Amino acid sequence: MNRVFSKLMSEIQSGKFVYTGEISPGKTTRIEGLIRSAGVLGKHVTACNVTDNPRARANMSSLAASIAIQEKAGVEVICQMTARDRNRIALTSDLLGAAALGVRNVLVMSGDHPSLGDNPLAMPVYDLDSAHMVELVRRMVDEGTDLVGNRIDGEVRLHVGVVGNPNADPIEVEIAKLERKAEIGAEFIQTQAVFDIEVAERFLDSVEGIGVPVLIGIMPCRSFRTAEQIEKNVPGIRIPQEYLERLRGAEELPDLASKEERADFINEEYFSSMISDLRRTGRLAGAHIMGVSYNQIVGRIVEAVQKREGGKRSKRKG
Amino acid sequence: MIHSTRLAQICDMLIFVREVMTPWQAKMIITKKKPFESLNESLKPFKRVFIIGCGTCSTVCQTGGEAQVKEMAERISEKCAGYTVVESPCDMRVLRRDLAPKRAEVNSADAILSLCCGAGAQSAADFTGKAIVPGLDTLFIGKIERIGNFYERCRACTDCIILETGGICPYSRCAKGLLNGPCGGQVQGKCEVGGYTRECAWVLAYNALKQQGRLEVFRKYRPPADKSKKPQEIITK
Repeated sequence: MNRVFSKLMSEIQSGKFVYTGEISPGKTTRIEGLIRSAGVLGKHVTACNVTDNPRARANMSSLAASIAIQEKAGVEVICQMTARDRNRIALTSDLLGAAALGVRNVLVMSGDHPSLGDNPLAMPVYDLDSAHMVELVRRMVDEGTDLVGNRIDGEVRLHVGVVGNPNADPIEVEIAKLERKAEIGAEFIQTQAVFDIEVAERFLDSVEGIGVPVLIGIMPCRSFRTAEQIEKNVPGIRIPQEYLERLRGAEELPDLASKEERADFINEEYFSSMISDLRRTGRLAGAHIMGVSYNQIVGRIVEAVQKREGGKRSKRKG
Repeated sequence: MIHSTRLAQICDMLIFVREVMTPWQAKMIITKKKPFESLNESLKPFKRVFIIGCGTCSTVCQTGGEAQVKEMAERISEKCAGYTVVESPCDMRVLRRDLAPKRAEVNSADAILSLCCGAGAQSAADFTGKAIVPGLDTLFIGKIERIGNFYERCRACTDCIILETGGICPYSRCAKGLLNGPCGGQVQGKCEVGGYTRECAWVLAYNALKQQGRLEVFRKYRPPADKSKKPQEIITK
């Protein structure tokens, strides 16, 4: 369990504050854009999540995109894997393939239900759930077997992370679930997007006892409209009025270029301040910045945090 | 002879009271009627059709009881060879008993129209050897609150674990059938599948176990289940 296979885990364990980004393959056979985008992100983040058909839309495979990104952009990936579309045979098989081809981090989750996606009549598989997937990875890595004890030839070098939702209401149920996943052997937690620092602080307080490093989820909004859409479409998320009002103000500027520049500035300031404040608590291992189609903001936020801290590198507690 | 018939009638009455007269407590196979237009289309190849209803679940659901069977007989009167409501058509013994007086009508038909669940329909197909036209769609094993309000409660998973989940079945009540829920799709205890109208099974389980002072059971990891379910048969030698 203490072996380190990836840059992500090595940096987390050394106490360095880590940044991760996110790439979301679309319904396409063109991979060049993803590689370009990952290349830009890679200058600012330690590793980059590659999503597995979010909102249950059938897109390019996260595993295929992950391997291409690592090989062609040279950026370490956190390959997201959902339990939605594959039974335990297929998941074991994909994990073996991932490990064989150099993927070193996976993030497991149940995955959005097919009824919310673009093939709503698809069968929801969920043969395993995300906790079972943690067990599966642990068995593969620690014991060199699959779930039922069949031997694997060769070492499986993977780290497994899980998702936490600081916006969950009731939060106590979410925390109990994370405690369960930590007990089975989850190695890091990446959270859903949080806009409200109080929500993030409450979450960090609640999970402190679990002892699993947390990367808080940040989702910068390119415009007021994007923020409105997120608030409307992601139930339970609370976007502070202050942030919304500032983005609304940017809409009033005369031309597109100044509107965009203003929005970039707002995001840079708002999120760098949030990350900086949270980092100071000593309970945060890093930030997961979900720019996706707005990935140019990631570097600005990361640099702004460094500027705020005057280049100082404060180590985490514990 | 008279005595045994009388006894059978009393037994029937008791079964009726138990199974049909207490729908507020019933847990049953929930069915819904197929649209008449598509059903009529399915009946086209057949000249004579015998209708079988169900005196148990479909009667309670009002999809295949006396009234619905009669109504169907009227709607397809020109090809209706006869009809009956079998007390519980999934029980071959009862099916044989209740179809005996209708043998001639059944024999004259080239198809059976079933207003029963899938199990009843297949028993009727087995017994008569005739083409079976399902008139109902079988939805689930559920709880009936009142007619029109049915709730799925069991998936016949073969390994009941509701002691560990506060009496809530995760297979039938969690949209993902998770064993270690909830997922990230619940908001204030409502499930995102279906637009936040249904309760999240895992928040219900948490609250039930909390109320029972058994939260340690909620936190327990439930390993992967045996989902290899194959066609089931129980044959006692």
